[in-house]
Formats: sequence, C-alpha cells, structure tokens
Amino acid sequence: MEKSLEPIIKDLHEKFGAAHEEFRGEAQCIVKAEHILAALTLLRDTHHFELLSSQTAVDYYPQTSPRFHVVYQLTSIEKNLSMQLRVPVNGDQPRLPTAANVYKTAVWRERELLDMFGIEFEGHPDPRRILMPEGTEGHPLRKDFPLGYEEPQFTFNYKEIDLRKPYAKE
Amino acid sequence: MTQIEEVTIDQYKHLVSERALTGETMLLNMGPQHPSTHGVLRLLLELDGEVVINCIPDIGFLHTGVEKNMEAKTYQKAEVMTDRLDYMNTMGNNLAYVMAVEKLVDLDVPPRAQSLRVILVELQRIASHLVWLGTSGLDLAAMSMFLYCFREREQILDIFELVSGQRMMTTYLRPGGVWRDVPVEFEKAVRDFIKIFPKRIDEYERLLTKNPLFIDRMVEIGHLSKETALAYGVTGPTLRASGVDWDLRKKRPYLGYEQYDFNVPVLTEGDTYARYLVRIQELRESLKIVEQALNKLPMGPVRSDNRKFVPPPRSEIGVSMEALIHHFKLWTEGFPAPDASIYSAVESPRGELGVLLAGDGGPKPRRVHMRTPSFDNLSVLPEIVKGHLVADLVAILSSIDIVLGDIDR
Repeated sequence: MEKSLEPIIKDLHEKFGAAHEEFRGEAQCIVKAEHILAALTLLRDTHHFELLSSQTAVDYYPQTSPRFHVVYQLTSIEKNLSMQLRVPVNGDQPRLPTAANVYKTAVWRERELLDMFGIEFEGHPDPRRILMPEGTEGHPLRKDFPLGYEEPQFTFNYKEIDLRKPYAKE
Repeated sequence: MTQIEEVTIDQYKHLVSERALTGETMLLNMGPQHPSTHGVLRLLLELDGEVVINCIPDIGFLHTGVEKNMEAKTYQKAEVMTDRLDYMNTMGNNLAYVMAVEKLVDLDVPPRAQSLRVILVELQRIASHLVWLGTSGLDLAAMSMFLYCFREREQILDIFELVSGQRMMTTYLRPGGVWRDVPVEFEKAVRDFIKIFPKRIDEYERLLTKNPLFIDRMVEIGHLSKETALAYGVTGPTLRASGVDWDLRKKRPYLGYEQYDFNVPVLTEGDTYARYLVRIQELRESLKIVEQALNKLPMGPVRSDNRKFVPPPRSEIGVSMEALIHHFKLWTEGFPAPDASIYSAVESPRGELGVLLAGDGGPKPRRVHMRTPSFDNLSVLPEIVKGHLVADLVAILSSIDIVLGDIDR
C-alpha cells in the first residue's frame, strides 16, 4: 500500500470507525452503510478523490448478513492514488443512501445495481432498470438467479418440449 | 408471453421538461436502429424545433450477461467472454482481464510476453481509433474517410490473424503470458505498417483537420467542462480533451510502459474538435510505442513457467508425467484463486477499463465486474447535448466514441 494513503485511512478510521484491509497492495476500507455518504463526501472534498471509477457489488450468497458488499472504487487524479470503500449490506431488502449527489457517475451505476442486484438506493433521482427491459422479474447477477439454458429437444420429445419452450411462436 | 406495453410519457415524466407534458415540445426516438448511434442505442430526445432540450439514453439492447456468464466458467475459459465486450478493443479487454487474474493469483509474466502485449495492445488502440475516425467522418458526410481508415485497420487485423488465427476475437493474451510465440513474419508485417502509417495519418489530417466544413461542424460543439467530466466519471481521450492529464499508461505504468518514450496529448477546449485532435495525436503516439517495443523486443519464453497456473507446452506433455498431470488438472478443473478481491485497470482506447475480480477460493470467480469506459462516457451525453441541434448530436455522440458492446456487457 502506498504511504500517502495511510493518513487518509487513519482519518476514515477515526471519523467513521472504518476497518481496513490490504490485499496485493490495495487498500480496502469497510464502512457502515450509515457513514457511506459522509465518507464519500470527505474523500472527495478533503482528500481530492475526484473520480468514482467504479461502483459495483459482490454477492456473497448463501451468506445473508451481510449478503452483499457494495464496492466504491475511488481515484484521486491530483495525488495519483486509488482506494476502495466497501459497504456490507444485508440480504433482506438491501438498501443504501444514494451517492448520486456526491458523484454523478453513481446515477447510472446505481441504476445498474438496482437492476442487477436489486439493491435500492434511497433518494435516487431516476430509479429505473437500466439494462434489462422494464417488467423483468428478478435480478440477474444475484447468485440465486439461474444462469438459464435451453432444454435439449430430441425426436421422441420434440413436440412435448416445444409446447413449453419460451420463444416467440407467432 | 409478455405483452407489449404501450409506452406513455408517465415513465419519463421526471426526466423531461414541463413543456413536453403539454405537447409544446416534441419527443422523438432516435434509434435503436439508426446509423449514427454506433450500435443499438436508443436516444429519447425532447425537441423544441430542431434544438435538443433533453436527451434520455436507453441502453441494454446488447446486454448479453457477460459478467454472469464469466462467473460460471473457470478463469481461463471466462477470458473468451471479454473479447465480446468492446469488440473494437479485443486485445485490450484480454489484457485488462488477464492482468486482473495475474494480480489475484500473483503470477509473473516474462519480459518478451510483456513487450508483445504492448505491441498488440497499441496496434489495437490504433485500429480502434481508426474505426472511430472512419465512422465519425461518415457521420459528418466525409464518406471517403471510412474507406481509408478501414483499409489501414484491415492491415492491423491481418497482423492479429497472423499471431492468433483470428481477426477480431483473438483471446491471444493469456494469464501468465501470451498463447504462443509470434511467427517469423510478424516483425516484417509490423514494420511495414510502421513505415506506411505516418503518411496515412498525414493524409487523414489533410482531408479533415483544416477542412472548413469539418471545423464548422466540430468547433465549440458539445463543450464538456473538466468538472462535469470528472463528476460523471469520464475517462480516456474524452477526459484528456477537457484538460485533465490522466492516462494510466503514464500515471500508473503497467507492462513496462515507463520505458517507452511517448507523449499524452492533452487539450483544454473540451469540444468535439478537441476530442478529434486528441485521438489523431494518439495515433502517432501509439505508433511510436509500437516501434520502440518492436526495436527492443527481448528473446525468451512467452509464458510463465509456473505450472500451477499456466499449462505446459505441448512438447513437454509427451515426455513428462508431471506436465501431463498439470495439463489435465488445468483444463478440467482450472486453478484455484484466493477468496479475496482485487481491482485492476488499464487504459483502453476509450478510457479506464477496470476489472473487479473476486475469487471464492475455487477455480471460478465469485464476481467479475468490468468497469467499461463507454458506460460512464455515455452517461455524460445528456449534459453536453442540451441546446444543440439534432445534427450536432450526431457529431457529439461520435466524438465520445462509444461501443455498445462495452456499455451493455
């Protein structure tokens, strides 16, 4: 981990009690959901992390509390640093406050998280699905969402399977 | 059967102005089948006459569930999915992914493989910029540009075919190195390209850079300020045209980029013309890197000899029992990666291409997230097209250089 990240991590620890992990030289801070907005604002305004490079989630199913980690990958262009904030979120009704007012990137990234993981963001300006069509059931990137496959049809059961096969017949 | 629902304005109420609700302004669909949306992109435009008041991008038409599919495959097999993301930058996608895998399992890459990767990735950057130049010329009615650019691009794709057997979906870079060493014809093919290409760039510039019609369509169109660009997570040439000197190849060198002498073009205007100039200059810089890397291409192995992660060469399998076991284990079971997560990013032709890779201790990833640059670059479009004509929207859209496969994943 880079030396210049240490005071920033210390600051996060003192203000928000953020736990800190390191793997392959990357700094990851685990922040509680109620502190995430304050932590992001602090990093942007005080520590010059201008860019929210990526915002995504990791599903740790079957573990339920926390089931998800929402990951904020931040980049400081001025100081050439990067670090990661992770917010554990529980599996039943995952909710987080929106980061759209801190970083505009989050508007689309949070729509993606809503679409793919079903994580809701309170106060999001445009809470619609982004990639899947409106009316899709379920959230595809959750681990308990099946990958899906086509049922193989043989001569003896071709018609039988054809009846229940989901494709446009018209 | 799902019913086709009638789309009403209610769905977009919070995104359009009040005048749209009374019918004073018009809502117009541009795309998904429109020649200048560079793929299957639908833009819902709110128009006052010909002036764009609001623009609502609708994406997802090319969503193929790449990330979900990768979770179901072993680390080596998941790589073929990355080619299909940004189909203009297949080598670059391979690079981003294999570097993430190498970081997760802590695998070294021999120097020859590193240099080969640099050459191929920079050639890919040129090919990608050529497609952008050709199609954005086409959008502004410079038809001949398209033909010229595709002529040179074909030369690069021929080099890719030479090394990997494939023009586009190469999967040539592998965790631990590259698939196999390049054939002897490779050096001549690249040298031919290096020799011919500077003249060709001059030719493009003579056609476009000072062309008054072209300048009229580009200068002071689609201004993107530095602050807006950063807030929306815009990266790559689009960000550098807005005055931010940020290129991962310079700032956080990977693959030994620090040993090559090249410049990062940065302009401060932030308009469509500046984005054009930045990319044109990048063509020359990438060519410089290719030439230097080719001149000092070291000899040696092209794959790591760590047999726990990299399959042994064919010649060894016949004579060594261990090699046979390793081969068998790697291709049936795959290699395990630690239960941890890493983020690794490279500079793709469009910006920061990052991969968040989380392992679960087994041979398949728990989560692969591709931070694709086009996604964030497109999200800024509604901000910069407001107040411009529909015809300018076409120029702006092509100047931020999106690839829909990159956005929808």
